[in-house]
Amino acid sequence: MVPFPQSVRNVVPRDEDAAAVVPEAPPPGAIAVETIGMSKRFGTFAALDDVSMKIEAGGFHALLGENGAGKSTLVKCIMGFYAPSAGSVLVDGREVAITNPKGAQARGLGMVYQHFTLVPSLTGLENLVIARPRVPAVIDWRAERAALAAFMERMPFRLNLERPVAELAAGEKQKLEIIKQLFLKARFLILDEPTSVLTPAEAEEVLGLLRAMADRRELTVLMISHKFREVEAFARSVSVLRRGTLAGGGRVGELSRDDMAAMMMGARPVRAAPNRVGRPDPDRVVLRIADLRATDASGLRHLAVDALAVQAREIVGVAGVSGNGQKELADVLGGQIRAAAGRVEVGGEAYDGRRAQSRARRVRVIPEEPLRNACAPRMSVAENLAFRAFDRRAERGASEGGAVPGRPTVWLDTGAMRRRARDLIARFGVKTASAEAPIATLSGGNVQRAVLARELTDPVDLLVVANPCFGLDFTAVAEIRARILAARNAGAAVLLISEDLDEILELSDRIVVMSDGRIVHAVSRAEADARSIGRHMAGHH
Amino acid sequence: MVAETAPSDMVVAGSRPSASLPLRAWGARRAEALAIPLGALALGFGLFSLFLLSLGKSPAAFLDLVYRGGFGSAFALQNSLQRAAPLLFAALCVALPARLGLVVIGGEGAIVLGGLAAAAVAAPLSGAASGLGIAAMALAAFLTGALWLGAVGALRAWRGVNETIASLLMSYIAIALANHLIEGLLRDPGSLNKPSTRTIDEAFRVGPMPGLEVHWGLGVGVVACLLAWLLTERTTLGFAARIAGGNVRAAQIQGLPVGRLIAGFTALGGALAALAGFFEVAAVHGNANASLIAGYGYTGILVAFLARQNPLAIPPVAFLLGGIEASSGLIQRRLHLPDATILLLEGLLFLLVLVGETLYGRFKPFSPHLWGEKRAAASQTVP
Repeated sequence: MVPFPQSVRNVVPRDEDAAAVVPEAPPPGAIAVETIGMSKRFGTFAALDDVSMKIEAGGFHALLGENGAGKSTLVKCIMGFYAPSAGSVLVDGREVAITNPKGAQARGLGMVYQHFTLVPSLTGLENLVIARPRVPAVIDWRAERAALAAFMERMPFRLNLERPVAELAAGEKQKLEIIKQLFLKARFLILDEPTSVLTPAEAEEVLGLLRAMADRRELTVLMISHKFREVEAFARSVSVLRRGTLAGGGRVGELSRDDMAAMMMGARPVRAAPNRVGRPDPDRVVLRIADLRATDASGLRHLAVDALAVQAREIVGVAGVSGNGQKELADVLGGQIRAAAGRVEVGGEAYDGRRAQSRARRVRVIPEEPLRNACAPRMSVAENLAFRAFDRRAERGASEGGAVPGRPTVWLDTGAMRRRARDLIARFGVKTASAEAPIATLSGGNVQRAVLARELTDPVDLLVVANPCFGLDFTAVAEIRARILAARNAGAAVLLISEDLDEILELSDRIVVMSDGRIVHAVSRAEADARSIGRHMAGHH
Repeated sequence: MVAETAPSDMVVAGSRPSASLPLRAWGARRAEALAIPLGALALGFGLFSLFLLSLGKSPAAFLDLVYRGGFGSAFALQNSLQRAAPLLFAALCVALPARLGLVVIGGEGAIVLGGLAAAAVAAPLSGAASGLGIAAMALAAFLTGALWLGAVGALRAWRGVNETIASLLMSYIAIALANHLIEGLLRDPGSLNKPSTRTIDEAFRVGPMPGLEVHWGLGVGVVACLLAWLLTERTTLGFAARIAGGNVRAAQIQGLPVGRLIAGFTALGGALAALAGFFEVAAVHGNANASLIAGYGYTGILVAFLARQNPLAIPPVAFLLGGIEASSGLIQRRLHLPDATILLLEGLLFLLVLVGETLYGRFKPFSPHLWGEKRAAASQTVP
């Protein structure tokens, strides 16, 4: 754990301490929040360096920046997760000491995380009630229900609070998270990449309603985002962080996208995506799925894909809101769940994801959240890079990555593993302290680079990739998309499963939409229309 | 206190600017794997000393007795090694499945059933050639153990049954089954006071190793540790197991046969534990009786965790624990402490070793990736 410097705790007298503030007390209305000289050091590494910014009461402020730019560190300092090494937080112009998230909550500061913090097995009502700072030992559910019904009348969203959270769609969960913060009387709301799990229409609705609340001066909003479109559409002002320092900011409308990109990236050149070369080959259908039925491990989600084909040199983008069967589709192709019925064919023969098959047919599956799903976090970078090839020894003289993947071997060749790791780390620009460092110590972008290095060095016939750029920064995103497109240009069939519609529209030759485990819409690149795709994603077919 | 013992070792490594970074990083990781268990051991003895003081006993006298009882004389050393032999196998039974991220604590059951199987096949083979008899007994034990714990692995792999609970419960079943058979079907009618199976032929007895009074179980156990290390660290099969242990989803995505790896490694662990039972019968007791249920399987868990599931570290740790157990009798007599005292010490050590497991990667001198962060930050400030 990071040791907490205690200096900030002494800023204000004891009686101002968070515990002394009655949680139910804050009067309604938006509050202004300001940081002054906020700095956070981890050892000698400055994650945040002298950041001062002010968010007016009733403002809608966007915080832009690459991964690792310090956005999360800044909001965690504001929320009292971290004690800043230096600097202070002003709420409504008064300096306050926030030493823990409870203290932040008591002062009307709330945060909605990128990952949900609700208890899945409880209903919305139960989640809201137990989230209160003081829950009575015996809960009078009838009274709570009545009180919440009255509270919901004043809320911008309609939600059924009687359903278990596990049954809610991602968008509904996000709304519930926001409602939870408003229920806890947050008057300053931090949103961490709120739209990463929403359909465009849901994002528009949620952010639009929050913006309206800000305009009525009921709420101040600070939104962390990667998406310029979102920032321009909803935020009133913006700050850009780069390498822990404030790189710039201003009012939305006075800054162009180029201005913001320049602030985010500094003087570095942004890699342009390579062009699409060649056309899909209709004579070579690499992946063919027919009447596939499968159920995930929980038994709750069902997959029913009647027909899906991917040709060589074609990217088929699978769009859809999270939890509509895309993950199950990737899991079937990755051999993690078995199909209950139907056929999956690769290169004209049945395919079930076993190692020998995936090697022979040259199939690569890159799951979402690579550290969680494609790596062993505590094993070294070199070892993780060897997952694909460790059980084969290259034939002497055969070129690396030739068509013959080498003969099977019993003995592990650690020397070759290390050499290959160094080579791949250099070629794919993986930033790591050493090849021996545990892969969990790498940043998200570098983990994804390592996984791509492992999976894309040899020729690939079918690439299945899920949410490859989720949570990654600008440069990493451009680079990773370029690599996927390069694989396609080299003749691979690519099934791109993504919750990021912009990504699908940018990369795909053909787009299909999944909803409720089925493919409900298919359209070619030329005819793709974000509105109609969004409508199908949202379940209006 | 564990934390404090750790960095002091590392000042040496850290203050050598001439050493190349990979070498330093390698040294730091090794030092961490040594410093944390040693710190846990030291702290455990420290707390145990407090316990002794509260009873009015002298910790110094206790340590002296442990030394004399376990390591101080040729007789004590032989005794310790004799006790270490089954611990080697029992620890491997924990360490091998641990490569797959499994916690198997049912080695005791495999030991008991292995011994019983060995004694059971020895009876009908009576009069056969020595080599044949010994091989048949060892094989019977090996297969019994493999089936017994392989079943636990299979339940885990294909039915999702928790292997820790299942192996423990299977252990109780094994002990009950063994008692039932020893007192019934397999009982030697001649064993009156202590129900036992028929004593095996003298030709089937496994003798001492040359120059020692310790039976061959010790040598075979050490070789088994070396082979287990080769298997886990130097073969592709072991690497596949480590992938599955590191992240089962990643292993599935790579198309590795996770289920078969789990069943195979637990079966191998059970087979090795059963060999301990075989040696107890063939080299120590001469028949299977209640003495087989001596708790080696449980002490083996402690050995494996103290050795951080590293097969190469198992022999020295088994020797240490064997010595502590060997001194148990002396401590009972001289200090007038109940025999549970050693169990208390072992339990305390185990708890602290488990706490120590959570400390890996927390100390900067041991964690090269934290040094890297420092350098990266430094290079950022000087563009």
